[in-house]
Amino acid sequence: RASIQEDGLLTLPRAVNVDLQTDATLQVDISDALSERDKVKFTVHTKSTLPNFKQNEFSVVRQHEEFIWLHDSFVENEEYAGYIIPPAPPRPDFDASREKLQKLGEGEGSMTKEEFTKMKQELEAEYLAIFKKTVAMHEVFLCRVAAHPVLRKDLNFHVFLEYNQDLSVRGKNKKEKLEDFFKNVVKSADGVLVAGVKDVDDFFEHEKTFLLEYHNRVKDASAKSDRMIRSHKNAADDINRIASSLYTLGTQDSTDLCKLVKVSVAALQKIESRVAADEDLKLADLLKYYLRESQAAKDLLYRRSRALVDYENANKALDKARAKNRDVLQAETSQQLCCHKFEKISESAKQELIDFKTRRVAAFRKNLVELAELELKHAKVTMTSSVYPSLCL
Amino acid sequence: MDTTLPPASQPSDVLMEPPSDLMNDPLIEPFSSLTENKPTSKIVSEPSDDFVDLTNNLADSPEDAAESVLADVAIDTTEIPLDEPSDDFVDIFGGETEAPREEVVIANVTVKAAAAADKSEVTSDVTDPPGDLKTGSDFEQEANETATDSIIDLSDDLLSSNAQKPPLASDQFVDPLVDFLSDAPPAADAKIPSRATVDLFEDEGNDLFTEPRQTKSAKQQQKSLFGEADEDLFGEPLGATTKKPVIKEPKGKPVPTKAARDVSNMGGPLQDGYTAEPADIFSEEAVTTVPSIKKTSAVNSKTNGVHSEEDTDIFAEATVELSLDSPQEERKKGVPAVPSASAPSVSAATSLAKPQSASLEELDDDEEEEEEEEEEQEDKFDISISVKDPEKIGDGMNAYMAYKVTTQTPLPMFRNKTFTVRRRFSDFLGLYEKLSEKHGPNGFIVPPPPEKSILGMTKVKVGKEDSSSADFVERRRAALERYLQRIVHHPSLLQDPDVREFLEREELPRAVGTQALSGAGFLKMINKATDAVSKMTIKMNESDVWFEEKLQEVESADQQFRKLHVLVESLVVHRKELSLNTASFAKSTAMLGSAEDNTALSRALSQLAEVEDKMEQLHQDQATNDTFNFAELIADYIRLLGSVRGSFDHRMKAWQRWQDAQAALQKKRETEAKLLWANKPDKLQLVKEEIAEWEVKVTQYERDFDRVTATVRKEVVRFDKEKARNFKREIINYLECLLQSQQQLIKYWEAFLPEAKAIA
Repeated sequence: RASIQEDGLLTLPRAVNVDLQTDATLQVDISDALSERDKVKFTVHTKSTLPNFKQNEFSVVRQHEEFIWLHDSFVENEEYAGYIIPPAPPRPDFDASREKLQKLGEGEGSMTKEEFTKMKQELEAEYLAIFKKTVAMHEVFLCRVAAHPVLRKDLNFHVFLEYNQDLSVRGKNKKEKLEDFFKNVVKSADGVLVAGVKDVDDFFEHEKTFLLEYHNRVKDASAKSDRMIRSHKNAADDINRIASSLYTLGTQDSTDLCKLVKVSVAALQKIESRVAADEDLKLADLLKYYLRESQAAKDLLYRRSRALVDYENANKALDKARAKNRDVLQAETSQQLCCHKFEKISESAKQELIDFKTRRVAAFRKNLVELAELELKHAKVTMTSSVYPSLCL
Repeated sequence: MDTTLPPASQPSDVLMEPPSDLMNDPLIEPFSSLTENKPTSKIVSEPSDDFVDLTNNLADSPEDAAESVLADVAIDTTEIPLDEPSDDFVDIFGGETEAPREEVVIANVTVKAAAAADKSEVTSDVTDPPGDLKTGSDFEQEANETATDSIIDLSDDLLSSNAQKPPLASDQFVDPLVDFLSDAPPAADAKIPSRATVDLFEDEGNDLFTEPRQTKSAKQQQKSLFGEADEDLFGEPLGATTKKPVIKEPKGKPVPTKAARDVSNMGGPLQDGYTAEPADIFSEEAVTTVPSIKKTSAVNSKTNGVHSEEDTDIFAEATVELSLDSPQEERKKGVPAVPSASAPSVSAATSLAKPQSASLEELDDDEEEEEEEEEEQEDKFDISISVKDPEKIGDGMNAYMAYKVTTQTPLPMFRNKTFTVRRRFSDFLGLYEKLSEKHGPNGFIVPPPPEKSILGMTKVKVGKEDSSSADFVERRRAALERYLQRIVHHPSLLQDPDVREFLEREELPRAVGTQALSGAGFLKMINKATDAVSKMTIKMNESDVWFEEKLQEVESADQQFRKLHVLVESLVVHRKELSLNTASFAKSTAMLGSAEDNTALSRALSQLAEVEDKMEQLHQDQATNDTFNFAELIADYIRLLGSVRGSFDHRMKAWQRWQDAQAALQKKRETEAKLLWANKPDKLQLVKEEIAEWEVKVTQYERDFDRVTATVRKEVVRFDKEKARNFKREIINYLECLLQSQQQLIKYWEAFLPEAKAIA
């Protein structure tokens, strides 16, 4: 059970990955979160002047599954076919660090007390970091929805924010999961099929090729950055362990050297892990978010292409019907419907894609600048803290 | 305690003599260095007082001597020179600072650090005994033989608080002196130093220990004041040391020389007290020798001093003296007349400017300087060895690596100043075999070579030109270089004919039997030794706390190092991984950049890719640095700790032998008693002879054990210091590398930052 507090150790990437216009009429944030065995309880805090809420300010407790439910309700709503649905937050994953904690418990006998405490502290810090990241991801999702001109008015969303009881959504059962899986297979097969259709609109044609490539690239980069950061963290862990090992070695000896070793060790120990953590926060998380976001944008394009194909098919059907002079009216209606749907999607999708690009550029700018600044900061700290001991020596 | 002991130890007289003689010098030396110190610590104001006291001592009865407890020690006229230092000691700590005790403690801590420095003095002193003995007694031969051994004994004794030997030593030293300096009442003379110090610290057993302490503090002062000048001077005797054993003996009358020197050392400062004029060393000596010694000897010493500058080998002691005296002289010049000066006087001035209370920090500084100086001393061995150009000779499985071993040295023990030989790996192992066989049982820590690596070598043999085999060859080359450097920087091992042969001789007989010394075999050997040690520890009830603690220290250090090695190796692996992953991330970023349709963002991403590319190189470099700086050093120390344990083991063996002999003796005595009782005179005679034989053996073994103990002690102290120095160097190195890489990093990211900001 860990409660999250802003302690400045790890800055919470609050809405860092998306550029959101702040709007006083509806503000949502996660004010608190509790980690209980295998679930995390988020306290969603809302401030709003909108008339459909009973109060101006209120909080509810929500779990990850409820976020997913909200997301799915957006996806399934035909009305929102023309929008980029904000990507759902990833499942909280504490398995890795829990496993480590367990291993630590098992290995308790084989290490010294200091080592154990140290390792435990490290793990706890790691756990806290994951926890905060999870919270941040969930918050970003809500903020995105709240900032969206259409989605913010969604009834489900309002219920999600206001209803102070359990929404009693349950996780999907096996059958549903299987269905989802087939749906996805069909969708991706269909996506390939649909992707082959030449778009009438140059803008969309261009966006489609761009997003296809972009998504793949960002996926690759995200995976690579993950690997890079993982090995960076490993190296940092090694450095920490070497440092503490040197430290114990130093306490055994009594030479002045050891004092200096301690100075340098103490100074340098944490820096490398901070570098890794910041790279994780600024780079890997950004890429991960845009991996999901570009997927959402791709989904939008798929829906539009699907609508286009439907529209073309309806046109063909209408032509056929007219030629045969049978069911013309019915064909006409369906053609009208498809046409309308397609136009509606196209209309909103264009704006959505332009927004997506603006958001993306802004987010990358922000994160890359911060990344560079943090790298510089750490490098400078490292330098000063390594200059001091070398002067002493 | 001083008068009763010598007769008791009469049987061991023969063997005890050389060390005791040697003993005496260090005893006096510290004092002389102390006395030199006086001008500094006191500046101009106080000395007169003190010296007046001392002169009183000279003239009158000792009771006058001084208010200070330390000065009370003065008992008769001859003591004065010796007493004075102790007095001075008070001055240093008393006059200079108001917290003398504290400083003593600090000085005490630094004694260990001073060991090498002490040793250098001691080694130069070693040259005395042959001469002394030659004229004074018949043991010259033995003295020469034991010369090297005694070096160890001495410096070790200096460090240890061996209560028994010092008085003994000084007593015996008296004998030659009596013979040659009949005009001085020397018996007291020699004894006083120890007694003085005993009183000084009111700690009976510690006399020898306290002495180095004093030396140390004195030296520290000297150093802080005359850092550079001093170092040079100190270096000289060292150089001389190596030559001495060869050339020393034929040279004439060391005794008068020595006497002169002792007196001049003692008297010199006295002289200072009287006249603050910046006297020349030699004239000073001449003057000071007058009171107690014949003019001739004074002249003699004078010429010694002169000679020593050109050929140090003749009278090495004189060099030592010079080295101790001349700073003093400089100081004299520097202190009263500050402007006259170069570096030394400047530093003198600064240290004077500092309030006399040498604070804790200052002492720390001194300590560091001390260490630095030591380092320089170490370098003053003036032998540098490089192992270069690994070359594969032959083909297939018979192939082997040969290395060029280049030695550069001005030491006269070598025929040339620079010479190069080719040695194959097994030659290095062979050298170790020989050295450890010869010196191991005496308690020396022989630096071990890198293990044979069948895997690594097979790769090389097969001729794969990949990076791992190049890495292997380079690692091994560096390890061999460090191995040889450790050997030649060991003062005793450098003297070994096998070492010289290894370095000099064109063709070396093929080392045999090293094949068995493969990596696994080597480890097994070490393990066996460890087991033996642990087995024997159970049997041996360790009377020496120092050894008990050291052994534990070594064991835990070994564990720590092993752990550290694993960690460093894993760090290297992770860094390499990081480097690879960074490279692939850089590529991905470049691709992402090319896919991005916002121009500025695309540009920034490709810039980021470039930064990451460079980071890859940095990580790579760091991995290499870690390997060569830390991993290798730690691996060296794991091996070295094996050798340290080996030396402990040898000490145990010596102990065991002694105990066995004692047991045997006991048995014989019992037999004797039985025979007496049974009244069998014929057999009794036989047994009596046996008993005598065993008695000799027991003494012999006990002495062996003491010798090994002393050696091990000294070696371990040396090892610890070396270790600290090595690690210090590597840490500095590491920090420097880190600094450089961080500088690069800053450069890269600073170039990137505007690009990121330009995204719009």
